Amino acid sequence: MMFWDPRIEEMPREELQRLQYRLLKTLVYRLYSFSPFYHDRMKKAGVHPDDINVLADIRKLPFMYKRDLRDNYPDKIFVAGQDDLVRYHVSSGTTGKPTVVGYTRNDLDNWTASLARGLTSCGLGRGDVLQVSYGYGLFTGGLGLHYGAERLGATVLPTSVGNTERQIELMQDLHTTAIACTPSYLLHMGEVAEKMGVNIRDDTSLRMGILGAEPWTDTMKARIEEWLGIKAYDIYGTSELSGPMFSECSEQKGFHVWGDLAFIEVLDPETGESLGPGEKGELVVTMLQKEALPMIRYKIGDITSYEDGVCACGRTHPRVMRISGRVDDMLIIRGINVFPSQIEYALMTVPEVGQHFQIIVDRKGALDDMLVRVEVSRESFSDKITDLMGIRKNVEHKLRNTLNVAVNVELVEPGSLPRFEGKAKRVIDRRQL
Amino acid sequence: MMKTGRYLIKQISVFSENRPGRLAAIAKALEEENVNILAFSIAEADGFGVVRALVDNPKKAHEKLTGIGFNVAFTDVIAVKMRDTPGGLYEIAKMLGDGQINIEYSYAYSGKEGAVLILRVDDADQAVRLIASCGATLLESSVFQ
Repeated sequence: MMFWDPRIEEMPREELQRLQYRLLKTLVYRLYSFSPFYHDRMKKAGVHPDDINVLADIRKLPFMYKRDLRDNYPDKIFVAGQDDLVRYHVSSGTTGKPTVVGYTRNDLDNWTASLARGLTSCGLGRGDVLQVSYGYGLFTGGLGLHYGAERLGATVLPTSVGNTERQIELMQDLHTTAIACTPSYLLHMGEVAEKMGVNIRDDTSLRMGILGAEPWTDTMKARIEEWLGIKAYDIYGTSELSGPMFSECSEQKGFHVWGDLAFIEVLDPETGESLGPGEKGELVVTMLQKEALPMIRYKIGDITSYEDGVCACGRTHPRVMRISGRVDDMLIIRGINVFPSQIEYALMTVPEVGQHFQIIVDRKGALDDMLVRVEVSRESFSDKITDLMGIRKNVEHKLRNTLNVAVNVELVEPGSLPRFEGKAKRVIDRRQL
Repeated sequence: MMKTGRYLIKQISVFSENRPGRLAAIAKALEEENVNILAFSIAEADGFGVVRALVDNPKKAHEKLTGIGFNVAFTDVIAVKMRDTPGGLYEIAKMLGDGQINIEYSYAYSGKEGAVLILRVDDADQAVRLIASCGATLLESSVFQ
């Protein structure tokens, strides 16, 4: 059994908790002193750094939400100055505005180390070729996995997303042994490979997939493992935590959340009560060492449960199970987070269609397909088919720009979409995961 | 200058989703209002369509269809008498082509009094003058409405 950082990974639980407490105390003092945003939050919550005297006191601290990043766009809640920032990543926000995350050198080092530990724990090492088929660029997936795998000495093949046929050729020619991508993209790849006459199980050296950025199930995992003849490991993260951050070990029983980097809680979404191991609730994460953009009790919105015991692999850090749902209406389309509110915002800029819409999500083959149905307004209807096609193209273009994911648009008759009083149910998700 | 207005016929155009039952809904509504459909066509695009019809009472049709939620627009078209024998369409089409009149869309019907070609063109006034000057017969809107 290989370890990247055995001192930390096998640290006895009590020692780990003492370390977490020290890191938390330091973090809270730092934010109270240097972050006007969090200082204000703590004042309003009536909590002072001196009130944090045991690890469990973390529950006294106020939560953070995605909207805190949006409301403070682009970098108003950064704690580091420009001189100390070495990178930005940008992801889509819940409305038209994106959210920006920033990194100091130490932030990048911790992110990379976290992945080096995780990737080592599932058996990636020197001599492996990791094909990174996550998007490179503003999205954290590509660059995150890239540096994590390079750090541990694997050879990285930075294919990014798209051009699936070429990906399969390179997979064969360069003897890719591991791939990092969304589980649905890997299934799509398997289908494309078959059409090319390539059987991934027999005709490639692929032996493992590091899969995440979208919800998936045991059924999908079993299908990937049986059909493609590989081991499928879950990886978890989000840009606010740095990016893809925590992955499963060879035991495949949940991803290890490194306690020196993050403290997790699982709370009852209704009552806010703290839940124990095995109980499903909302995951709340505190990043203990982030410098540029500290995240305290961050409510990501994911539903899952955790296990606390020492893992059979020997690692003492808690494990979190595969994400089973969301507390809000966020959708994940081909690995990209999509909020219905973003669609609402984008449609406001197109007067030819009303503000009512319906989202239908389906799987075409292995890939997600999103259809947005909008009503043509009475004022803009003309007899000309080309005008109508133009409206449709325009809406598709606007949605694509806002969501960063391709969308099909269907024009429907005015008044035909369901109207809601109270909470709108605008999403029909037909995906069978 | 020839007065072209009386040859411009009000066609109703109805936006329709591409799913079973939409044409039936339109036709039923018109029946209820005792509106007669003289000619119609369906233009199909990706996922939706436009139903176009010449009716004897376009105003009533518009009100009824709008009232039950349809998107309806009026569009001016012209109607030309055709010979109901081989070459009939050719004569009209050639005349328009030679006169540089572009046809946006067209549909035809063959009635008791012979065949009629309904045309939506880019410049209706010019088309009316051209057709009249070539000796072809245009139907006035009063014939339909």
